[in-house]
Amino acid sequence: MIDIQIGEVSKSFGRVNALNNISFDVEHSKIFGIIGPDGAGKTTVFRLINTLYLPDQGKITVLGYDTVKDYKKIRVLLGYMPGRFSLYQDLSVEENLTFFASIFGTTIKKNYYLIEDIYSQIEPFKKRKAGALSGGMKQKLALSCALIHKPKILLLDEPTTGVDAVSRKEFWDMLKKLKAQGITIVVSTPYMDEAELCDKVALLQKGRVLNIDTPQNIVSGFSKKLMGIKATNKYALIKTLRAYDQCDTCFPFGEYVHYTDKRDKPDQIEILDYLATNGLNDATISNISPVIEDSFMELMVKKYER
Amino acid sequence: MKDSNEYIIKVIDLTRRFGSFTAVDKITFSVNKGEIFGFLGANGAGKTTAIRMLIGLLAPSSGIAEVAGYDVYKETEKIKKSIGYMSQKFSLYEDLTIQENIEFYGGIYGIPNSVLNEKADQLIDKLELHVSKKTLLSALPLGWKQKLAFSIAQIHEPKVIFLDEPTGGVDPITRRQFWEMIYEASNEGRTIFVTTHYMDEAEYCDRVSIMVSGKIEALDTPARMKEYYNCNTMNDVFVKLARPTN
Repeated sequence: MIDIQIGEVSKSFGRVNALNNISFDVEHSKIFGIIGPDGAGKTTVFRLINTLYLPDQGKITVLGYDTVKDYKKIRVLLGYMPGRFSLYQDLSVEENLTFFASIFGTTIKKNYYLIEDIYSQIEPFKKRKAGALSGGMKQKLALSCALIHKPKILLLDEPTTGVDAVSRKEFWDMLKKLKAQGITIVVSTPYMDEAELCDKVALLQKGRVLNIDTPQNIVSGFSKKLMGIKATNKYALIKTLRAYDQCDTCFPFGEYVHYTDKRDKPDQIEILDYLATNGLNDATISNISPVIEDSFMELMVKKYER
Repeated sequence: MKDSNEYIIKVIDLTRRFGSFTAVDKITFSVNKGEIFGFLGANGAGKTTAIRMLIGLLAPSSGIAEVAGYDVYKETEKIKKSIGYMSQKFSLYEDLTIQENIEFYGGIYGIPNSVLNEKADQLIDKLELHVSKKTLLSALPLGWKQKLAFSIAQIHEPKVIFLDEPTGGVDPITRRQFWEMIYEASNEGRTIFVTTHYMDEAEYCDRVSIMVSGKIEALDTPARMKEYYNCNTMNDVFVKLARPTN
């Protein structure tokens, strides 16, 4: 079953083309990830789905309703967590939650089971003003407020930005539980490693879709043989590899440099020899498997630099 | 090569209390000249308090710390002149031009405008910005702004640069160009002190420390730390350390 259908949608703001002819479907009870850097158009996608923006071109349906004609029907079916913390800072934790429950005509008590896992962690601080909460706690409150009216679809715009690794992990664990309860989740993130936690992802860059697929398929679509090269002097390593006449791409990647060669069967010994004659005696090469970020960069280079 | 005897940051038993709460609890570490040092920790672990002491904005309760050879108790003004700072959230003024930003930051450090004018041209060339220095900052793409901000943070040739989550939100290619700039600065002998809670940024550092509840729980190269804790990524190491109950 398809819960959200986006068909050939474009949206501009003045001269800025925020989204350029994008299409994708979100299946029921799946986690769909929108992955891309700042300025990719992630927030615009959310505001089109949640009926706050009208598309310039194309059509969006949410649970069978048109976002232009049936926006009132759609709004009650969605839970939306915007990228910027937008709860009332001067209301307490409990007051914020009560407020969101009451505008959707429900009560905390009625849907408590849905938020219990998350809300119970901040409930000891329910009298505290929302503005005085830590980042991780604000995020849990915002998620509780987005869930309290029992939405069919949850829209989460960069929920883990600025949140530490431990809280990020807890948050993704919570999303998996919500998905198991039949809630469809659209979540955006600038962190490529979070793509692997989604069922399907759209890689977005400058308002264009680079690829849409399962994370596994995106990674297996990487077209080159990827090598990880390591040396003590990383700066010299990068400069030297770039100057190599068989070098295709060369990107720093943590402790390694990720390297692809122009040849189909690159000769690793020859590369090591080349590095050694240029003063990099301690370099090592290994074959490695690409991750989403490698695929993202390959697609960026293909789309924009050729 | 990096001289391991030349410390640019030296910290012994550094402590800061707020009332009965100990935000930073006897931390000890040193950073070498030219090193890229990652200073990690969860929200609330005490990172910010520690850095405020190192850059001379907050007096320690006890302990010893020297930055660029200056004492954090008595020589805070000299420290401020010897360091550069750049954060993702606040970098440059959007409604000033490239040149005005350079004049403003350089001016604060007492560099004359005639020198800064030349530096502005050099910077635009070096960063291959292909725009006039009269261009408003708001007209530049995020990636360019970040690279420019990093260069401007070095305009007074500081010995140490503090970077706060330097590559958050930028695309993966720009991000790598940024790390190449960091490697270049390190190669020239500048020390880079990176604070972040994005563990993939940690993977690029020469050594990293992980703070948990005010203490430094681990300090090593990313490779050795992953080996020791038997993890594939720094993210896994971090989750293991910062949530000791699991």
